[in-house]
Amino acid sequence: MHSDLVISQTDGRPMYLQIMDQIRQRIAVGDWEQGKEIPSIRQLAVTLRVSVITVKRAYMELERDGIIVTQQGKGSIVAPDPELGSKLYDQELAKHIDRVAQLGELLGLTPKEVASRVREATDRLTTDRLTKDRLTKEYS
Amino acid sequence: MNDLSVHFEGVSKIYPHFTLDDLSLELPTGTIMGLIGANGAGKSTTIRILMGLVHQDQGLVQVLGREMPREQAAAKLDIGFVSEDMRLYGPATLAWHMSFVQSIYPQWDQAYSEMLLRRFDLKPQQKIKGLSHGQRVKAALLLALARRPRLLVLDEPTTGLDPVARQEVLGELMAVLADEDRTILFSSHNTLDVEQISDQITFIDRGRIIASDNKEMFLERWRRLRLVLSPEGDLPSLPGVVEVGGSERLPVLVTNRFDPAMVSVCNDAGATVQAVDPMTLEEIFVANVHSRREKQTV
Repeated sequence: MHSDLVISQTDGRPMYLQIMDQIRQRIAVGDWEQGKEIPSIRQLAVTLRVSVITVKRAYMELERDGIIVTQQGKGSIVAPDPELGSKLYDQELAKHIDRVAQLGELLGLTPKEVASRVREATDRLTTDRLTKDRLTKEYS
Repeated sequence: MNDLSVHFEGVSKIYPHFTLDDLSLELPTGTIMGLIGANGAGKSTTIRILMGLVHQDQGLVQVLGREMPREQAAAKLDIGFVSEDMRLYGPATLAWHMSFVQSIYPQWDQAYSEMLLRRFDLKPQQKIKGLSHGQRVKAALLLALARRPRLLVLDEPTTGLDPVARQEVLGELMAVLADEDRTILFSSHNTLDVEQISDQITFIDRGRIIASDNKEMFLERWRRLRLVLSPEGDLPSLPGVVEVGGSERLPVLVTNRFDPAMVSVCNDAGATVQAVDPMTLEEIFVANVHSRREKQTV
């Protein structure tokens, strides 16, 4: 059977973090193989008897970390290799960049103006991350 | 298809000693909502209005796209309802009840009902009057589940159950949710059950909804902060503080709008943050009720 994860009521951590940790472990030891399908969010929620929204949260964070890949309507798989995760993100990026170019044209911006807007966004991200890192350091 | 299985808008009901006041509620299809409230908070009245058993004085109630109470007969074909005060017929057996319900509801799933008998460890030939409380609850739940209703409405389904029966019931509720077209609304004052299986949580107190959100948001935003102030330091003003306790030098705050940035705000203001504690749903509920009641009495 797919899932033999255990949710502990006495573990102080939120349930979604417990789920994330155990999935990471399953993958690390090879119980859940790279590229293979993992239980859907609903399936796992049913077997663990925890709410769908909790499992969804765990899957979303795992996906952000590049550990699993969720394809709309197709369920989730363990990221087959570090490359595939980034390939999928690259496709996603290409789509969004096309859209940015279209919207820029719609607004009558020059290519240079569009580029500088993208630059502003990446700068913003960097400063956000720096403040967040500082905060988490102080917080821990 | 309607995305909302339950929709309340501005619903009021006035009794001589109790008022359900301007209730608005949305329950998306495919999710499970826990309704939490103290005894007498209005949970059962809300559920009775939803079922068309009590008619609201004001406001719109839509269940599975049907207007209640006007279209209740049609809506009820697809609703499974179990409440504490629902009585099964004592001298009759569970098998008799099963064939009775089956004769009324064409969607009755015989195979599923037999599986539920095994999972709930019930014997069809047993008479209802010989069943324990827990067995009766499970029997009533079986009769509702085997109809495969699109909406399950359960008033205190786990009250009075032993730990084994409770886990059986919670497991079976989650199994229903494996099908994303099905929806569950249940009331409880056991916050542990609600915390475990709910997607959406609604707190109700003194006839009003005091908070309604998805569970992860509740658990994410509520924090208890333990601070240490310097002798001349003031308590920094933080967003969403609903409760201030502790002593002057060692204040304890509860906020419902926690953000990690708060920690540096406190430090800048000369208040050292000793601990940031996550809160259980029970603590969140109690803090919520207290802060609302205080505001009401001011």
